[in-house]
Amino acid sequence: MCLAVPMKLIEITPDGGHGVADLDGARYDVNLDLIEAPQIGDFVIVHAGFAIERLDAEEADARLELFDQLAATYREQKG
Amino acid sequence: MKYLEGFRNPDAARALTARLAAAGEQLAAQGRRARLMEVCGTHTMAIARHGIRDLLPPTVDLVSGPGCPVCVTDSGYLDAAIELAKGGVRLATFGDLVRVPGSTSSLAEARSAGAAIEVVYSPEGALALAEREPARQVVFLAIGFETTVAPAVWLVKAAAERGVTNLSLLTAFKLVPPALSALAGDPEVQVDAFLCPAHVSAIIGSEAYRPFVQRGLPCVVAGFEPLDILDGVAEILDQIVARASRLVNRYERVVKPEGNRRALALMGACLEPVDASWRGIGVIPGSGLGLRETYAGFDAVRRHGVAITAGVTPRGCRCGDVLKGKLKPTECPLFGRACTPLKPVGPCMVSSEGSCAAYYKYVARGEAR
Repeated sequence: MCLAVPMKLIEITPDGGHGVADLDGARYDVNLDLIEAPQIGDFVIVHAGFAIERLDAEEADARLELFDQLAATYREQKG
Repeated sequence: MKYLEGFRNPDAARALTARLAAAGEQLAAQGRRARLMEVCGTHTMAIARHGIRDLLPPTVDLVSGPGCPVCVTDSGYLDAAIELAKGGVRLATFGDLVRVPGSTSSLAEARSAGAAIEVVYSPEGALALAEREPARQVVFLAIGFETTVAPAVWLVKAAAERGVTNLSLLTAFKLVPPALSALAGDPEVQVDAFLCPAHVSAIIGSEAYRPFVQRGLPCVVAGFEPLDILDGVAEILDQIVARASRLVNRYERVVKPEGNRRALALMGACLEPVDASWRGIGVIPGSGLGLRETYAGFDAVRRHGVAITAGVTPRGCRCGDVLKGKLKPTECPLFGRACTPLKPVGPCMVSSEGSCAAYYKYVARGEAR
């Protein structure tokens, strides 16, 4: 029921109510009524056919940066 | 995609595992153990799939709570749904529910016997069914936690706006915080901290867990990728070692402190809190949501006069204890013997998000045979 991965919005209908989300080439029809002002290019979390939230790219990049640093420190320590 | 692979970086996982081991040793030095509970079906599966339990120090237990929506649905609910279907109503349901045993049969068995039961992937599918056949009553089996409640409530609003009168919902919505509250106060469960769900929190917001932190239980919201889970567990262990209890949101890329306001407003307009019965746990006050009087016409119980009564628990099934984290799936006498994914006895073995299904698939098939 829960597609636990973010998908990229690649199409939005003129009324803004629906869209098409892409995950590695697989495309899903998504209802967009539960999120504010969706934009093409947004990453969205989809559950039961609905985008329930959008992924904040800045926050995601910041967290990834922390994990990358953690990995780099680990590699240095292991030589 | 970097938003997936980036959160699976093996060296970062090794670094976090070392941090877990260090915290585990500190706990051992303090003569303590830690018991963490996750309450999200997708966490249950991710923890099993990535072998996270094998990376935990011996002083730490990570148990699965009632995070699988299908698993906590009472068998009496399924009995009511089957009764509706036998009466000629067309049912629209999520696929997960189809094979779950009711008191006497499952939806799948009822369908084989001729009942009209359609699997939908979205509540929108139920609306399409109703609009396609206006002369036939359609009932959407509206179960799930907050994440699923929001899409289901959209269905009520859309049906009202479009004047669809042959659609109603058999509701058994469940709320996560009241369940956590019941478990936190249960001396048999003895939870020290909660690894809070990811997408339920996207709806309700991380602040929903504030009361548990005030009761001394660390709460960390974590995503579903391996690094998210390891990082979340490490954060919890550090707090436990320091005897602290803080609310930490590590899934800030999706979860906001206040949640999804738009979804919450829609839910508040259509639904009100009700007492709800959880399979294996019993009635938890205020742990469900029912349709408000304004939308009573969409309530299948009121429209069709069906009653949801206490169902029968299958003989020997220990799903209730598994759902409370009191019993590991492999400790159930039926696990892997009388109860398998092909012939499930209880819901925890049926659902793709169930603890028993997760253990069977990824962890302990050999162990139990």
